[in-house]
Amino acid sequence: MNANLAVYLTQFALALVLAPLLPGIINRVKAKYAGRHGKPVLQTYYDIAKLLRKGEVISRTSTWTFAAAPSIALAGTLCALALLPLGGAASPLAFAGDFVLAAYLLGMGRFAVMLGALDTGSAFEGMGASREATFSALAEPVFFLALMVLTSLCLGLGHSADTAFSLSTLFSGQTAGAWLTGRGELLLLPVIFFMLLLVENCRIPVDDPNTHLELTMIHEVMVLDHSGPNLAMILYGGALKLWFFAALIAGLLTPALPLWQQMGLRVGIVLLLAVVVGIVESVMARLRMERVPYLLGAAGAMGTLALILTQAR
Amino acid sequence: MTTLLQSCLFLLVLSNFFLLGTRRVPGMTRLTALQGLLLAALLVSLEHALLAGAVLLIKGALLPGMLWRTQKRLPADALVCPARRVGLGVLAGMAGLVFSIWLDGKLVMPLGLFPPLLLPTGLATLFCGLILIVGRIKAITQVIGYLVAENGIFLLGAPLMTTGTVWFELALLLDVFVAVFVMGIAINHISDSFASIDVARFRSLRD
Repeated sequence: MNANLAVYLTQFALALVLAPLLPGIINRVKAKYAGRHGKPVLQTYYDIAKLLRKGEVISRTSTWTFAAAPSIALAGTLCALALLPLGGAASPLAFAGDFVLAAYLLGMGRFAVMLGALDTGSAFEGMGASREATFSALAEPVFFLALMVLTSLCLGLGHSADTAFSLSTLFSGQTAGAWLTGRGELLLLPVIFFMLLLVENCRIPVDDPNTHLELTMIHEVMVLDHSGPNLAMILYGGALKLWFFAALIAGLLTPALPLWQQMGLRVGIVLLLAVVVGIVESVMARLRMERVPYLLGAAGAMGTLALILTQAR
Repeated sequence: MTTLLQSCLFLLVLSNFFLLGTRRVPGMTRLTALQGLLLAALLVSLEHALLAGAVLLIKGALLPGMLWRTQKRLPADALVCPARRVGLGVLAGMAGLVFSIWLDGKLVMPLGLFPPLLLPTGLATLFCGLILIVGRIKAITQVIGYLVAENGIFLLGAPLMTTGTVWFELALLLDVFVAVFVMGIAINHISDSFASIDVARFRSLRD
């Protein structure tokens, strides 16, 4: 048990340290695609270090909600990440139904940031909060649908109801083994989670993290008023959330290998996913705002299809 | 072989939903070609190699090729379907798939006649074709729907084949060939005579 805990803690620390690398990789891939050299891969670390040293400007119209929002968002993401196994070792915090807690911890963080945005009294930030609420409300059912497919797969593979409802079991590597027996519908799950990664982390084709044109921003407009350590927390929280969703996909793609191989493979897949996100952002234009629900609708249709086919077996 | 069969069946279901979800005719033509390819692979896994070659030639190359030629002659606005019916079509396809799986559990079949999931896939493909025929308003997508429905019927017939009935199946393929030929001519005539192949505009013929 102690060995398991040590491995888990190592993996968790690795996630905390490596997470800011993902935005750096994405930016570097985008720059290479555009024929530029680009920012350093470690730029997010430099940004966070710089922001932590700076002071903060807070509007007189805002209240404590605005100041507390980034800490709540970061804490929520950290707790959600702690529930997720990062390669072989089950989380010591795992319990039946912990995926609901993980989803709503992320939801709580988002809610706090939205409240903070509304608290500034700026019309633009309110607009961003409204858009974020709309798209996340559409993404949430898709997330649970995909987890439902995984749960029914785990129950079908003989896990008891006590273990089948926990992230540590759902992402412990049996999905990759099940494909090889012709269960092609499980191949839809990484695609669905990748779409969710793009939506939840405000990447192209849903939102452009580099845009600062008020009418098109979603996430960026909500955090315009934050500065100093609070902005650093938002940047770090965003990187951790990206790692969370990438680790979900890695958990689906990695077969049940020995512990250290599995961990290495998962970290490799997470970093590779950052490259894939960079490629997607380079070759795609962002969708018009009204087309985003179609994208999520397609993800939902794929989830339903996977669920129907899983139940049919 | 079972893995190949199951993967082909899954990809066939997936291609059905892509057909229902896509709005562009060129994409639908490619998916029709893909379905022909998948049916050929499926026949290989059922050990009907000769028929697989014929299916690959007719359903994988010839019919999509004819569709491709027809769509080249059509104006660009005839190649995009309106978005409002697409979501409803996908939902109807889901309902069709659930119904097929339910029916698969209810129908009494000789044991071992149908490999697992083949019957629901065939029925779902048939429903998908019917939904395309009913739900889309461009004539060319209705031809594609007809082809998809025929793919479903073909899939249902595949396990019933013995060596003697191969000719029957080939005759069936020929029927489709003729039907698409006729439809191709009809579409050309319609587009020559009426400057539109949108069936929603055909109401003006009533006077």
